[in-house]
Amino acid sequence: MPEKKKILQVKHLKQYFKNGRVTTKAVDDVSFDIYEGETFGLVGESGSGKTTTGRSILQLYKPTDGEVIFEDKNVENLKSRDEKLKFRRDAQMIFQDPYASLNPRMTVEDIIAEGLDIHHLVNSKEERRQRVEELLEEVGLNKNHASRFPHEFSGGQRQRIGIARALAVQPKFIVADEPISALDVSIQAQVVNLMIDLQKKQGLTYLFIAHDLSMVKFISDRIGVMHFGKLLEVGTADDVYDRPLHDYTKSLISAVPIPDPEIERKRKRIQYDSQKEEMDGKERTMHEITPGHYVRCSEDEVEHYKEVAASYKK
Amino acid sequence: MPEKILDVKNLQIDFNTYAGEVKAIRDVSFHLNKGETLAIVGESGSGKSVTTRSIIGLLAKNANVVGGEINFHGENLLEASEKDMQNIRGNEISMIFQDPMTSLDPTMKIGQQIAEPLIKHKGASKKEAWAKALEMMKAVGIPDADKRINQYPHQFSGGMRQRIVIAIALICEPEILLADEPTTALDVTVQAEILDLMKDLQKRIKTSIIFITHDLGVVAGMADRVAVMYAGEILEYGTVDDIFFDPQHPYTWGLINSMPTLDSDTLESIPGTPPDLLDPPKGDPFAPRNKYAMKIDIERKPPFFKVSDTHYAATWLLAPGAPKVEPPLEIQRRWKKYALMKKDHELVSEN
Repeated sequence: MPEKKKILQVKHLKQYFKNGRVTTKAVDDVSFDIYEGETFGLVGESGSGKTTTGRSILQLYKPTDGEVIFEDKNVENLKSRDEKLKFRRDAQMIFQDPYASLNPRMTVEDIIAEGLDIHHLVNSKEERRQRVEELLEEVGLNKNHASRFPHEFSGGQRQRIGIARALAVQPKFIVADEPISALDVSIQAQVVNLMIDLQKKQGLTYLFIAHDLSMVKFISDRIGVMHFGKLLEVGTADDVYDRPLHDYTKSLISAVPIPDPEIERKRKRIQYDSQKEEMDGKERTMHEITPGHYVRCSEDEVEHYKEVAASYKK
Repeated sequence: MPEKILDVKNLQIDFNTYAGEVKAIRDVSFHLNKGETLAIVGESGSGKSVTTRSIIGLLAKNANVVGGEINFHGENLLEASEKDMQNIRGNEISMIFQDPMTSLDPTMKIGQQIAEPLIKHKGASKKEAWAKALEMMKAVGIPDADKRINQYPHQFSGGMRQRIVIAIALICEPEILLADEPTTALDVTVQAEILDLMKDLQKRIKTSIIFITHDLGVVAGMADRVAVMYAGEILEYGTVDDIFFDPQHPYTWGLINSMPTLDSDTLESIPGTPPDLLDPPKGDPFAPRNKYAMKIDIERKPPFFKVSDTHYAATWLLAPGAPKVEPPLEIQRRWKKYALMKKDHELVSEN
């Protein structure tokens, strides 16, 4: 099997926010890679830094430290205007709140075509209109919707518009920040299926950020678990869910409600106390426990995690 | 026979809007048994919140109760005066809202907010009420309660605020607690803690709960009985096992099927969107999105068909002589599991 190509490398990313004398370490030394064509899920509770990580990757914030390497180029050091534009075109974002992320004074056509205009991807009004109509149909909307305004659409339809906008410039990589959490259950499935379809057709790579663990498991090839600004565990979706190593991951999974009353009656929750790890002063970095399955731990904990991993094999 | 503590009959509520009359609740009937948790599940706009708000008399001004009864202790709450409702609210029937950030008064110490219902409804002295508030804060698991009783809402996290809201709702030991998506705004781990807390307190003060949510996972863990709402109607109701393991209405199938389980590899979505209630559909409201729909579904509203003593569903698929359809695989899997569970149960009761 040929080596998979890394489309994105995040190395020791730090994003601190200063608020008076207090510094919030929103993202604290986070490293991971995303391979071409895969979906990398980032899960964590509110305040864990998952959204900030996504935004820092796209340079919506200027990272405090660390590197973001997209297609072998450090995106912070892009010099020429052309290079910067290319990155902005290749990497797109879908936002959480479909009610706040669309300009209420712009028509759907103008919203979707904004990127086309900026990157000079269309040459005439007719071509612009035609491309917007194609995009609308691609995301399952009607081409007649182009002249309408965002308030005329439901939440699920708006999120489709947000997806069409991201797709307009033919990106390679999309950061989807909780794209479905504002939607109803039956509509969530529609949007997720649409995203999977588009990925298959266009070879897109996703960074899918969410707190809904069962949906992340469903859509992701690999998953990273964040807590208090730190990445605690990375592995394939099955590794992280079925063979979790870190106690925090275990507690998170044990808290996910399952739509099955029999399972719910037997549920045992696992508690996690972050203080224990914070307080002992050991230096922790990512260690590979089984191939492709990493956990943040100190040197002397590696053996323990290896035993945990081995216990799943029995 | 369990005692009915609340009985809602043929409730019908319209909203006057600029666009016309929105028929938000269309002939809804259900009851709540003493000590149980009834979950009402549905998507936004299905009418689940409006239904519960009508119980406690908190409907918006443009709401218009067209018909029906809400019977509580032999009294129809829809005809009760505002003064009577004020005596009931927070005392015999309490409500917890979705957003813990906006349901507390930012200018009042939380101790005062928790103590207020006792002073108002039970005639407690300030000192008594304060002491009881402190006790309640400990009961809902707020650490350092004697210090934090003097703090303001902004000094608490979302999960802690929801604990405070629960303390306020339960301090008068109400007979009924209405919980409108109480954990939707919270993280999963905090949600799990709050749900455990609610179950624990329910046992202690023997309150009956109506739990509104769109999260079927939460329903599976909380509910004794479940009512599935769609487009202002209840389409199916039964025990939690009836609904999760023996669902009969195609909408319930669709809901269950569009949730990923931790080991599923396909996700089936329900196509389309819910109907516009300005002009509600004539027949089964789910028919336009239902791939199993027959001609009669569009023309005539189905009555409730009995599945078992506890389980009813409004779908023509249950009518005598209706064609047999094959439900989605996940539903077939659940039916099979239910058959096995029943068999086990029979074996156990025989021995």
